[in-house]
Amino acid sequence: MQLNADGKLKHFLTIEGLPPLLLEEILNRADQFVSLPGKAQVQAPLLRGKTVMNLFFENSTRTRTTFELAAKRLSADLLNLDIRNSSATKGESLLDTIRNLEAMGCDMFVVRHSSSGAAHFIARYCAPHISVINAGDGKHAHPTQAMLDMLTIRQHKGDFPPLKVAIVGDIKHSRVARSLIHALTTLCCGEIRVISPKTLMPESIEQMGVNVYTDIEKGVVDVDVVIMLRLQHERMNSALLPSVREYYARYGLTEERLELAKPDAIVMHPGPVNRGVEIDSRVADGPQSVIMQQVTNGVAVRMAVMSMVLGSQAMVDGS
Amino acid sequence: MSNHSTLIKDGRILDPQSGIDKVTNLAIMKGKIIGIGEAIPSNFKPKKTIDAKDLWVLPGIVDLSAYLREPGQENKTRIPFETYSAASAGITRICCMPEADSPIDSGATVKLIKSKAKQAGFARVSVIGALTQNLAGEQLSHMGSLKYVGCVGLSQGHESIKDLATLRKAMEYAATYELPLFLHPFEHSLMAQGGMHEGALSTRLGLPPIPVAAETAAIAQTLTLVEQTHTPVHFCRLSTADSVTMLTQAKQSGLPVTADVAVHQLFLTEMDVSEYNPLCHTIPPLRSERDRDALREAVSNGVIDAICSDHQPHEIDAKLAPFEETSPGISGFETLLPLALRLVEEKLISLSQAISYLTHQPAKLVNLKAGSLETGHSADFSLFDPNNLWQLDVSKLLSEGKNTPFSGWSFQGKTVETFIKGKSVFSL
Repeated sequence: MQLNADGKLKHFLTIEGLPPLLLEEILNRADQFVSLPGKAQVQAPLLRGKTVMNLFFENSTRTRTTFELAAKRLSADLLNLDIRNSSATKGESLLDTIRNLEAMGCDMFVVRHSSSGAAHFIARYCAPHISVINAGDGKHAHPTQAMLDMLTIRQHKGDFPPLKVAIVGDIKHSRVARSLIHALTTLCCGEIRVISPKTLMPESIEQMGVNVYTDIEKGVVDVDVVIMLRLQHERMNSALLPSVREYYARYGLTEERLELAKPDAIVMHPGPVNRGVEIDSRVADGPQSVIMQQVTNGVAVRMAVMSMVLGSQAMVDGS
Repeated sequence: MSNHSTLIKDGRILDPQSGIDKVTNLAIMKGKIIGIGEAIPSNFKPKKTIDAKDLWVLPGIVDLSAYLREPGQENKTRIPFETYSAASAGITRICCMPEADSPIDSGATVKLIKSKAKQAGFARVSVIGALTQNLAGEQLSHMGSLKYVGCVGLSQGHESIKDLATLRKAMEYAATYELPLFLHPFEHSLMAQGGMHEGALSTRLGLPPIPVAAETAAIAQTLTLVEQTHTPVHFCRLSTADSVTMLTQAKQSGLPVTADVAVHQLFLTEMDVSEYNPLCHTIPPLRSERDRDALREAVSNGVIDAICSDHQPHEIDAKLAPFEETSPGISGFETLLPLALRLVEEKLISLSQAISYLTHQPAKLVNLKAGSLETGHSADFSLFDPNNLWQLDVSKLLSEGKNTPFSGWSFQGKTVETFIKGKSVFSL
């Protein structure tokens, strides 16, 4: 569904099932879009005359802003729709919203939605000339986040096969974790570990090709990359955890725990960071943290993906 | 003899209840069956003769569970559409279930449903009333009145009941009126709206997981109440292998319990949900292959008492949304018999077993004299062409609910004519 007849990216909904070469193509292309600090931003008019609509049915600052920047640097026309405050709250169905926006003329939807599978749904029912990029759907996938993390890892560590990567936190409710696991397995990462208390670990996660740890002090031993996930506050009210304090005491990434990893291990976080909940400020701001670089890479990866999906459209139009 | 007499000639008459399976004649007078083959009175002079050569004559199907949506959800469908859909598939008696948006908790509602069905004149409708008022799970419904207007049983539908004390009282009060209880074994605190079977696939798709324990915990609790109160309970729509084990043990230890399964549960699994197919969004959810196989085994060895359609017609929009936001359920009347006969083709059960599961066995559960071709029974039956090979085309479904995942499936055999009280109500 994501690939067109020529094997090009038509929609970007999930990393699962995409060939490794395609992921590498995204990373290589993103490399060209990475702006160096202090240098002029990379601009490329690849999307001139195209209209991108940011459809955010759920809160987001970072993801939405980086998509916005990416679209602008590619010279696309961009519309930000904060659907939470518009028609959806007046009872309009998702499909009607999509049909109306299509009628206004657009080429790409960037979608964030609280239901798993929402991006698939829109891709299935939207007009054939439109591409859909999943900017996070429920607990299912957040593929551009995973790709910007892959870019960050590659910039620091090179190839994936020798690497050990630990993902720590609320795996159960995390779309980022699922996309990371698919990306890392596709790129043949040496070992993927997931670390969390059992209440935050989904059923049969090991079948996705990961090793499961409940003790962070065992799980981060000797890893090259530690990816911390955000702990959402509402989890505290649903009997998943007793308190923030206990979570930080047992699972928070402190300097001591980070010392168990490889000396040159990098620390990542998709943001927004809860300091003192999942991560100590000294680690978040420390020398091994690459959190800000992830944000920078976010723009480059989103430029890469947007230009690739609209590139596949150009080929369809031309043929 | 009377004017209203018909002879169904030379059909293969299949009536598991009376153990008949032979090519012969069936005689009908004044809406009742008066004999089969040699048992037909010698002075019987039919006004009309129907040639049933190469056709099967089947007792009318009694479907234990369907949601007819009236009153309250007329945007989904109307009773005449659904009772016609049922008749077209050989179903002559439907048990209509209560649901949150159409809670059948008053005598007036029961009468309304029955009169609409009667007026339509297609499949007959029996009503399963609400166990609690408004299905809210707190105050007992007016069971005495519901019994008086002809409810054949009581159910809490898919809704939760406040606590075990309330359930126990409801069981005892229902037993006062000898009203059978049809309980969905749901432990609601373990259920999840828009969810699917908990497992590797729910993790991968990020859909809310519904564990096996959501069903088994409820069965365990209910069984302890059955043990204590000796009130019979029928478990609706089993979905897990562990439930089958529990049911088997309960039956072996002599508890008055019975159970049914929705026919789609014998064919589909959680794998059919992949790619977020909302047509496979059901309650209880489609489960693992192991669960499906255990349910099939339970059908094969007779631990399960009936197979039903669990017919839930929806308007198109109800399934046009991301999986989690869609309404659960399958429009199932028109695939009930075809799927059950597939079990015969696949040699899981005999033809006579398949028919039993759809006719006299469910009829017994609702204490109805139906589902059989015995002399004296109402002439509710269908003619079935076993050689008609057809493919399910959704646009040709007669139900207003086009929500079926069986689109494109091929089936061997089709209902060609259905009779109620000896009168033809559908013909192909």
